[in-house]
Amino acid sequence: MAKIDIKINGKEYSETIDDNILLVDFLREKIGLTGTHVGCDTSQCGACVVHINGDSVKSCTTLAMQVNGKDITTIEGLSDGDNLHPIQKAFQNNHALQCGFCTPGLVMSAVDLLQKNKNPSEDEIREWFEGHICRCTGYKNIIKAVQEAIA
Amino acid sequence: MYNFKFHKVDKIEDAVAILSSAEDPKILSGGHTLIPTLKQRLSQPTDVIDISNIDSLKSIKNNGDLITIGALCTHSQVATSMDVQSEIVGLASMASQIGDPQVRHRGTIGGSIANADPAADYPAAVLALDAKITTSSNSYNSDDFFIDMFETAINSDEIITSIDFKIPKKSVYKKFRNPASGYAMAGVFIAIFEEGIRVAITGASTTAFRLHDLEKKLENNFSVDVLNDFNADTTNYNSDIHASAKYRGNLVKVLLEEAIAELV
Repeated sequence: MAKIDIKINGKEYSETIDDNILLVDFLREKIGLTGTHVGCDTSQCGACVVHINGDSVKSCTTLAMQVNGKDITTIEGLSDGDNLHPIQKAFQNNHALQCGFCTPGLVMSAVDLLQKNKNPSEDEIREWFEGHICRCTGYKNIIKAVQEAIA
Repeated sequence: MYNFKFHKVDKIEDAVAILSSAEDPKILSGGHTLIPTLKQRLSQPTDVIDISNIDSLKSIKNNGDLITIGALCTHSQVATSMDVQSEIVGLASMASQIGDPQVRHRGTIGGSIANADPAADYPAAVLALDAKITTSSNSYNSDDFFIDMFETAINSDEIITSIDFKIPKKSVYKKFRNPASGYAMAGVFIAIFEEGIRVAITGASTTAFRLHDLEKKLENNFSVDVLNDFNADTTNYNSDIHASAKYRGNLVKVLLEEAIAELV
């Protein structure tokens, strides 16, 4: 067993956990933040993407203990009360989700993209989403949503 | 995954101490090879040593004729480094083609090189740029480093700390990605130095390797024409569910053509 001290969406947590628990399982099962999803569990689909100290990362391929002492943002941390984050609004406006399973990961990834590149081209947006798989939408509306959010 | 004891260290010496004393330890850097391995229960270490806090291993330095990259530099760091982009563009390009942006935020150059996956990208750069690999207790030349699949020259109590890449006049990396995993089904790195040309291939065989004959031909005539009678010797190439050895041989030729054409 190990002790983890971690900040998630601005709130401090101190928990006792297994040495080998994955970050995604820690967030979902220990903290109860189930917006982050486990899709493939093999680093490919991106449903598990969260931010660690501002960078988007696949939480299914990260041990919780690796991020002891760090600052995590999950999908739950994006909105301000009832006010959606601009990217969430853009996804809503552009019908960029259907079943919604891949959506939290894509939104977190999009937030990171626009932090690092304020005005990405369509190619740059598509390349950035290399690590995400969506079975429903065909990606087109997701790209449109990101383009709307740039403006 | 099986359970283990997790350690986080701040100094290389502490990591080496645990490596030497623990029953069955593994070093954890970015974790994007080790954690999938642990999930599949292909490995059962007693101790996992997280070295990612060792800040002294995270810098990139331009030393004039070579660039020194700390072992804990992420692929993202290498890809976006101004020094690497301007001095060894093939290396920056390679780093930017690994995995995806999220994987690149975690995966490290030290982890990739120590693991020596036959389909990893960095081994081609190590060979083509005649890199020197420095560890916690030794240093190695590029041509002596990769022994076999997942096997390098370093000992079980050594940790890679930095890699010195020689700065070439020109460099390029071309890769044929597996559409699912993004790993190299074949990858070609060409580096042109004053004193000669180095051509390294990854993804095709059990380790990365150089094409010495082709290097000499290119030194005489740097043109795609040297490929006219080139056929990859696929004797030791991998055949698997992704590609036959013959297909990989063809990929190597196609990528060589693209790489040479770009540098001409």
